[in-house]
Amino acid sequence: MQIKPVLTALRRHKAGTVLVVLQIALTLAIVCNAMFILHARLSHLSEPTGVDEANLFVIANQWAGEQKSKQEIDAQVRADLIALQQLPGVLDAAPSNSYPLRGSGWDNFVGLKPDQLQPTSDAAVYLGDEHLLRALGVKLVAGRNFRADEIGTLGLREEVHPAQVIVTRALAERLYPHGSALGKPLYSMSATPSTIIGIVDRLQTQSVDDWQRAYAYQSMIWPLRLDWPSGLYYIVRARPGQLAAAMREAPKALLALDSQRIIDPSDGGSFAQIRQRAYDSDRGTAILMGIISAVLLVITAAGIVGLTSFWVGQRRKQIGVRRALGARQRDILSYFLTENLLISLGGVLLGVVLAVSMNVWLVVRMGAQPMSPLYLAAGVLLLLLLGQGAVLAPAMKASRVPPVEATRSV
Amino acid sequence: MFAYYFQLGLRSLRRNPLLTALMVMAIGFGVAASMITYSVFRATANNPIPQKSDQLYAVQIANWKPEDLDKSEPPDALTYTDAVALMQAHRARRQTALYPVGPSVVPADASQLPFRETTYAWYGDAFAMFDIPFLYGGAWSAAEDGAHAPVAVLGKALNDKLFNGANSVGKTINLDGHDYRVTGVIDTWNPQPMFFDASNTQGFGDPAELFIPFTRAIDQQMGGAGNFNCSATPGSGWEARLRSECIWIAFWAELPSAAEAAGYKRFLRGYAAEQQHAGRFNWAPNVRLRNVTQWLDFEKVVPPESKISLLVSLGFLLICLVNTIGLLLAKFMRRAPEIGVRRALGASRKTIYAQFLVEAGAVGLAGGVLGLLLTGLGVLGVGLVFDPQIARLATLDFSLMGLTLLVATLATVLAAFYPTWRAAQVQPAWQLKSN
Repeated sequence: MQIKPVLTALRRHKAGTVLVVLQIALTLAIVCNAMFILHARLSHLSEPTGVDEANLFVIANQWAGEQKSKQEIDAQVRADLIALQQLPGVLDAAPSNSYPLRGSGWDNFVGLKPDQLQPTSDAAVYLGDEHLLRALGVKLVAGRNFRADEIGTLGLREEVHPAQVIVTRALAERLYPHGSALGKPLYSMSATPSTIIGIVDRLQTQSVDDWQRAYAYQSMIWPLRLDWPSGLYYIVRARPGQLAAAMREAPKALLALDSQRIIDPSDGGSFAQIRQRAYDSDRGTAILMGIISAVLLVITAAGIVGLTSFWVGQRRKQIGVRRALGARQRDILSYFLTENLLISLGGVLLGVVLAVSMNVWLVVRMGAQPMSPLYLAAGVLLLLLLGQGAVLAPAMKASRVPPVEATRSV
Repeated sequence: MFAYYFQLGLRSLRRNPLLTALMVMAIGFGVAASMITYSVFRATANNPIPQKSDQLYAVQIANWKPEDLDKSEPPDALTYTDAVALMQAHRARRQTALYPVGPSVVPADASQLPFRETTYAWYGDAFAMFDIPFLYGGAWSAAEDGAHAPVAVLGKALNDKLFNGANSVGKTINLDGHDYRVTGVIDTWNPQPMFFDASNTQGFGDPAELFIPFTRAIDQQMGGAGNFNCSATPGSGWEARLRSECIWIAFWAELPSAAEAAGYKRFLRGYAAEQQHAGRFNWAPNVRLRNVTQWLDFEKVVPPESKISLLVSLGFLLICLVNTIGLLLAKFMRRAPEIGVRRALGASRKTIYAQFLVEAGAVGLAGGVLGLLLTGLGVLGVGLVFDPQIARLATLDFSLMGLTLLVATLATVLAAFYPTWRAAQVQPAWQLKSN
């Protein structure tokens, strides 16, 4: 492969060369960053929550009309739960203050001592009764579930710190990294301890916003029924295959018991809807980045095809001369491939610098994550291949220029 | 002459349709991507109350110890204690404390189910402060604020729902089982972003349809429908909540001149100093007074996704333009012999410039038309990419359509400068000789 004649020829096409280099460099910078953002977002989308998502739905039940007393609300909640549990399509139902991926919710600092100044960590607080674990479909890996006699009530603006608590494995390991957390105490913004009586495999927090990523899967369940006048959530797990029927029947059953309530259609719903809402912006950004990257690569390839075709057209005579002087078709082909490789190499070199600076800028200004060099390597490879692929058609055309061209005037 | 050049341009574009299609597509896609993301950015970065955005100020007071603050910024809401103290001081032209509440609206017709609307508890002054237009009646009076009166102002949609759009002033509605007298019905009012409650809505949400006096909501112990943030547990009971250092109330002051704003800031510092002397704050006064635009900026209502998408799309457009420069160069230089002939026959460089810029403009215009189509499609599909609350604000209006065509044409003509310059440099003698 002779590089020197290629370089000499390029020197006579400075403008075109610079433009292709620039285009490849900018494409590399944007595609690398876009792919990095896309991949980060996509990895969020597939995060499990630990609950039985296929069969779960949530009813956002708000109390309406004249404010009821705490006792009245508690009686109504129990009646509601029995009605829900008796529906044919329902496996189990439980009351709660929130649900995973709700977007916002209650979280508390947790520590190991009552007078701890710096809390050990942060955890999502879920309230529920002895049915909650079964209703969510989370797996108990150690200890036991709540007993019915341990369930307390939480009225409006009451402060209750339960004696027992069930935590997720993630929280247990954060609090007690060495040895089992079972039977040990935790302090959650109070001077009295809660004893860890059970550990569940996995239960996602209520928000998956960036600030809460450090606390992912750190949740605890308190044995309390929420009796606030505003309302509560019913976590309902349908029998397999009966989700749609259960979702139709459940609100009817509740309204038949008491019509002074509002079932908020914009909150809760099937877990598929909940997941969709929670990851809306992640999915959207991923789609946008994907489209932009794909179109960008196509346009860059098309640009290379266009410019190379022009160069081939311009040099038909020279190609003819070379062929007449004994160059084989593959010599011509390899000439154009080499030329493109050299230009692309220049482009990706500049592109790597641009991509890294763009990423640094995003990290500093937008709080993005630093990009792994793997994306750069993949991007470089992709663009070099793209360049070679794009140049193939015009180069083949050039290689078919007959030697007789040398004798013709343009 | 222009028409002739335009014709020449079209003829030349038809000569290599593939190259032309490539350029038109590059420009179309580049402009469309930029315009779609710009339409979202424009919606989120909108000034919701331009005529008064520099007269309305959100108040912040650091009531938490400095270690609990984020970058020494006071929290973005006030405690009940501070909100009431500022209301009583009455130092601004107009002022209001406000928080979102969630009473249930119980229809008079018992067969209908109760429902909830986006509701705010605030003072009667707020209507005039926020330039809210009235359809019927008006705001409740300061006296009714003072009397904790059960009065309400309805939004247009709620009035349509409850009273079929009739003048309902003087009628009563039932909230949480209590009667409220309607003093007014407002016309459609939906500032986006919702600057007055940016901390709870993140800027975007359903329009507010119901307003009741702040004092009445507190009397009724209506919990907020918004955030309630504490640095320590507030303790049990409503009174404990009111006395707590938890923050949940927004406070807005109308200060028409810079002098008044400066005066109000001095007053706030004085208030915080008083609290320090009284032993409530163990730290130096740390207060903020932000106008609407500064407040929206502070609350980060423009989502980072929107900014990054806009940047990436602009980068995309830049690449498309670089691509266009290359293709135009190829296209123009291929016609060097033709240029040589024209120059030899007496065409000046200026004429060559004009001819090729017109041709590039035609490409740009075609790209713009394609871009317009793609932008229209993209705006329809923007709900797939952005939060629906934000996506519905992104619309293809006349200004965006004009901008699309303008950007496409202008960018292409700019991109054509270098290739045109090269074309104009063609030496007629050399071209004629080599033929």
